[in-house]
Amino acid sequence: MGIAFPFAAIVGQDEMKLALMIAAVDPKVGGVLAFGDRGAGKSTAVRALAALLPPMSAVVGCPYQCDPADAAAQCAECRARSKPSGKAKKPAGLKAHQVPVPVVDLPLGATEDRVVGALDLERALAHGEKSFEPGLLARANRGFLYIDEVNLLEDHLVDLLLDVAASGENVVERDGLSIRHPARLVLVGTGNPEEGELRPQLLDRFGLSVEVKTPADLPTRIEVIKRRDAFETDPAAFVAHWEKEEAKQRKRILAAREHIASVKVADRELENAARLCMALGTDGLRGELTLMRAARAAAALDGAKAVDDGHLKTVAPMALRHRLRRNPLDDSGSSVRVERALNELFAT
Amino acid sequence: MSDGAAIWADAMIAAALAAIDPAAASVLLRAGAGPVREQWLELLRELTPATTVLRKLPPSISDDRLLGGLDLAATLQAGRPVMQRGLLAELHDGMLIAVMAERIAPSTVAHLTAALDTGMISIERDGLSLRAPARFGLIALDEGIGDEHVSPALADRLACHLDLGMVARADLGESLFTSSDIAAARALLPQVGLSDEAIAALTTTACALGIDSLRAPLLACRIARIAAALDGATDVAESHIACAARLVLAPRATRLPAADDETETNEASEPENDPAENEEDDRSEDGPLEDRVLEAAQAAIPAGLLKRLQEERATRLRSSSASKQGTAQKAPKRGRPIGARRGEWRAGARLNVLETLRAAAPWQPLRRRAQRSGKSGRLIVHKDDIRLTRFKQRSGTTTIFVVDASGSSALQRLAEVKGAVELLLAECYIRRDEVALIAFRGKGAELLLPPTRSLTRAKRSLAALPGGGGTPLSAAIFAATELALAVKAKGQAPTIVLMTDGRANVARDGVGGRSEAEAEALVVARQLALTGIPVVLVDSSPRPQDKAAQLAGAMQARYVALPHADAARLSQAVMAEASRG
Repeated sequence: MGIAFPFAAIVGQDEMKLALMIAAVDPKVGGVLAFGDRGAGKSTAVRALAALLPPMSAVVGCPYQCDPADAAAQCAECRARSKPSGKAKKPAGLKAHQVPVPVVDLPLGATEDRVVGALDLERALAHGEKSFEPGLLARANRGFLYIDEVNLLEDHLVDLLLDVAASGENVVERDGLSIRHPARLVLVGTGNPEEGELRPQLLDRFGLSVEVKTPADLPTRIEVIKRRDAFETDPAAFVAHWEKEEAKQRKRILAAREHIASVKVADRELENAARLCMALGTDGLRGELTLMRAARAAAALDGAKAVDDGHLKTVAPMALRHRLRRNPLDDSGSSVRVERALNELFAT
Repeated sequence: MSDGAAIWADAMIAAALAAIDPAAASVLLRAGAGPVREQWLELLRELTPATTVLRKLPPSISDDRLLGGLDLAATLQAGRPVMQRGLLAELHDGMLIAVMAERIAPSTVAHLTAALDTGMISIERDGLSLRAPARFGLIALDEGIGDEHVSPALADRLACHLDLGMVARADLGESLFTSSDIAAARALLPQVGLSDEAIAALTTTACALGIDSLRAPLLACRIARIAAALDGATDVAESHIACAARLVLAPRATRLPAADDETETNEASEPENDPAENEEDDRSEDGPLEDRVLEAAQAAIPAGLLKRLQEERATRLRSSSASKQGTAQKAPKRGRPIGARRGEWRAGARLNVLETLRAAAPWQPLRRRAQRSGKSGRLIVHKDDIRLTRFKQRSGTTTIFVVDASGSSALQRLAEVKGAVELLLAECYIRRDEVALIAFRGKGAELLLPPTRSLTRAKRSLAALPGGGGTPLSAAIFAATELALAVKAKGQAPTIVLMTDGRANVARDGVGGRSEAEAEALVVARQLALTGIPVVLVDSSPRPQDKAAQLAGAMQARYVALPHADAARLSQAVMAEASRG
């Protein structure tokens, strides 16, 4: 892929950037969906994320990049290898090394066997061995799976991906194989609504949803073009120029990850979140849960000790706008409706 | 110089730019096949260095040819998976000429745009995973007539947009450039600098022309650079910026900077004024530059373009939400095949023999070994290999009749409507379209006939349609909208035909009152307009009144006044609308 455009150098797109950072701090938030105009920089932001994320420690040789410190989330092989050495926290059987957080691209024409993994053809034909060749889901474990044009992806693949993302585990039952491996990943889907909509059943399976718009004011647009042009002229120099800013963002994510467990959510904020969801009539409790998770991550990113109204307000649109029951006759967009409900809630 | 000659001159520049840097100066060429287009392609071929690969992309190329995949013949022979390289991978640093670009399948467009964006192709299919560099130039030949256009996603990524429709053979002139010019420009290109003022000028111009996508100014910047290199200059000068504005920005214009329309001027002037006030000193010099660039771009906007664009935008706004392609049916068994899927071979599913064999092919040596007794030379196919063909059906049309059955005059109307529905049904039977009927009277609207193709059922339910009572217009529009959306969700394209005099007197909650009911009807009508569903409003009052016209305006409907319509004329009007929408 060459050099990616630095995350910190992206002009505007605050909501999209925040959503991606929240997902980086707390992967359990459940995926990010970005819908927006053509040429607004959706894909740029996601591809920039890969370079921004701090590296993680992983078991050497493990196809799923298992975390050596987290036994519960390891694949069967890593667990088996770590057993003999007994109760030690980090068994000698597992060697760790630093790897970049995977941001795996799911190309549009991908077939199911490449996504979930399949029988290793080469070995099957050459040695007659039945072995599993991990797919994209394995490569994306503990990282991000990026689907461009998610609305054009075949339905059965989207179903499968959302299912895996929700369960954190990929179960393969095909080609005479029966394998399960961890696949804790954050789905990032982008798309252009003009080219087709996503089924409503799939919409609310994504945790956060952002609307990306092309910046409307001229100075911002000029700045975007300038930076992009500078980047294309000399990518290496441009990235070097932005490295400091990039490191700052990276530190913010790292600090937030450490800090998030201690962020408190007062009952009052829980009540506010519940009230908001009730006012908007979101189905189920997924709305409240995502709202709280996202608000906590936003607070952690701010370095705050507790979630306050401000955090709730910031994340409410992205956590809720795709969960509203669609009224085909309401002319106002869902963002406006969330905004309206927020104003009502915090006015009283 | 005539218009045609001016366009040809620009086209020659675009060809030279594409020859210098194919990947940056991609071209969208709208022209019918003919001597003019041939000459342009010939010119491009002459200018392009011999080392650059030129390949043609047929519109119906399969994914494995485009991206690469399993080479079936070689795989069978070798007994192990053998990759074949796709067109895009073979083309690195070359140029791809897409003929009949307006017909490229959406999935192919997606692959092309992804490759153009990243300069790479990545394949995850047929059990193979591969990434290959694919930086290539795309020349899309758009042969569309009228409404046919290249997919907007692709057009957005193509730099120069040319329309040679106006160029006659007499306009064709001698080539302005030679291949040595191109070679020199190629060498010079990396050194060309682009000033901030130039970037600002191009971005401002794009803004003033109402171009939303940020790719346009970005592509214009690159074109300006290449134009400077072509000129032998190391700095981008005004003429190069103007050239970029003409080639890249002008064809994408969605409005003229000084449009007569009041709202448009407001929008356009605002972003220009604000920065000018804030940074008066900085901008005193480049202000004129922007104006001159804008002028250059404006001059290149063909006459009548704006009008056409506005019309197009209006239709696009409607069709985007009414998207006929939006919801495809789940698993139709007829229609256009759209690839294969693995699955169980049950009744009704169509087996795709080639894909099944392809799936079984790589396993043959292994299976033969496992099945020692089996005769060699026989293909062993397992249940897992079965591939089924998937189909996509062309969506049909459903015409929803909403009939005012209130009051006394409606009785006469009803007879006409009954005749019209029967006529339409007969026609729909041929066209495989459906008809539904909603009648409203008294306190509410009632769905008398769910979408159907059955002639006898329609006749029966029509015969039982009673008349008389109040006019709950808003309830009727609401019911029609709901039904139309449901029809759309099933993958059909709905058209609503509303027959009324527009004089509502019952609100949705069943309470009478003319003014409230009318206001409510207008609100519901506006909401119907938002769905983008095509509507025909037939004014059924004896003398046409502006109430119905107002209502038609609110729901963006086609207004037909038919005070003494007979069934044949009504059905003609509806068919005309349905075939338009």
